Amino acid sequence: MRHPEPIRDPATAVRLFFILVSVFLLWPLGVATEFRPWALFESESIQATVRFLGTFWPIADDPAFLRLIARETWRTVAMATVGISLALVLAIPLSLIAARVLSLSGLTGTMDRVPFWIRQSVRWVLIVLRSIPELVWALVFVRVVGLGPTAGVLAIALTYAGMLGKVYAEILESADQHSSRTLLRNGSSRMQAFFHSLLPTCAAELTSYTVYRWECAIRSSVVLGFVGAGGLGQEMDNSMKMFAGAEVATMLLVFIGLVALADRASATIRRVIG
Amino acid sequence: MRTQAWGVLTALLCLVIASFATTDLQWQGFLSVEAFASMGRFLGEFVPPETSPEFIQKVLLGAWETLAMSVLGTLLAALLGMLLAILGSQNRTEAFAWARTPVQWLLNALRAIPELVWASLLLISAGLGPFAGTLALALHTAGVLGRLYAEALENAPTGPALALKAQGVGSGRIFLYATLPTILPQVMSYTLYRWENNIRAAAVLGVVGAGGLGQLLAFHLSLFQMHKTATVLLGMIGMVACVDALSQQLRKRLT
Repeated sequence: MRHPEPIRDPATAVRLFFILVSVFLLWPLGVATEFRPWALFESESIQATVRFLGTFWPIADDPAFLRLIARETWRTVAMATVGISLALVLAIPLSLIAARVLSLSGLTGTMDRVPFWIRQSVRWVLIVLRSIPELVWALVFVRVVGLGPTAGVLAIALTYAGMLGKVYAEILESADQHSSRTLLRNGSSRMQAFFHSLLPTCAAELTSYTVYRWECAIRSSVVLGFVGAGGLGQEMDNSMKMFAGAEVATMLLVFIGLVALADRASATIRRVIG
Repeated sequence: MRTQAWGVLTALLCLVIASFATTDLQWQGFLSVEAFASMGRFLGEFVPPETSPEFIQKVLLGAWETLAMSVLGTLLAALLGMLLAILGSQNRTEAFAWARTPVQWLLNALRAIPELVWASLLLISAGLGPFAGTLALALHTAGVLGRLYAEALENAPTGPALALKAQGVGSGRIFLYATLPTILPQVMSYTLYRWENNIRAAAVLGVVGAGGLGQLLAFHLSLFQMHKTATVLLGMIGMVACVDALSQQLRKRLT
């Protein structure tokens, strides 16, 4: 049965009130971010945008440039891979130290004071490593080791060691602890308990998370190029500074392709291993 | 299955070896005693952090700017993402069927390009400053949220929408009063999650000149004013830690 006339939303007044209040609250945020959308449509900035976008087509496709891009793309992937490998070298021991499941004194009630503080301080180290963005690490390392991939690799290694270490410890702690506790109670060492009980149960989850982070690292290694760590990002930055739109367009396409490829590869690997 | 897994592992191992072989890592640049000494000297220059009230005020202002960028960027992204999700999701009305594929491509492109790359592209039309950063966050996040919203729309129960449709209600009002309320909890949790991410992203966007704490950091680091850099870094770490703790508490409450 249809209503004789359309009924009005009974909550109209309330909704309007909340919309007005939120606009009022958003005002200071707009001021802080110098939010002036109309500045985008001033003739000057429109001209600059149109001029820059106009150079995007035709995209740059001379063989020498494409060769350079291929080399830099590989560099980006290699930087991410080496970074993640070094991050693993740091993260595995740190997460083993931090994991509360592998505590011997924790088996009988509370952990002893010394092991508790060791675990807690490793946790703090992981938090600090993770809470400094990789771009900041890269900025600092560029000052110490100079321009080039080393700074990028170190930045990825440290940030991702923090992320991987924390999540590994969490995965180990959330696993079923029955078998590891049984092993520890019956006198096996912590490493034996890890290799024979925790690792087999968590292996799929651990690899899956690592591969996912590798995919993220590829994205961040492009960004790190912007502060001088080499690879696709650095070329992109150079081309943008010279307003070479055609080169920027090619690199953006290559980058989108690379991200899609890494996405696909990581999904396949996780499906096969997980 | 087993052979497939071994194949994948071998391929990964080859990738790692090839990567190490082709990256000219300067091991002695960061693993030698000399390197540690120079790193130590470098870190020593950070101490003590600048604590003059004027500078602290400047850092706090930068933190506020970063926070504002992330909030506004996420809000804009939620609006744009919802619009694109409606056009790009599978089971919408047939009126916009032609738009589905191009919109999905647009979402992919928006998502694939990182915030920082968007920021450096946008500097040309929006100029230096936090506005470019806000727009950059909004564009990248719109791509991420658009895809998540589209999935939520596709999985939403169709009962309420069909009931209204049978009554002859227009599709706009069906969306507002039937579809949107059913997916709202999911939309809120996705948006909050991205907002948390965006605070971190906003903190570094300034490195390419897009405002906030990152701009202060890049500025003082390039002038080798290490004490001031240290204060900015501490401010950044403090902000990220606060947001993490807050969101963890919120999540505990909500779940």
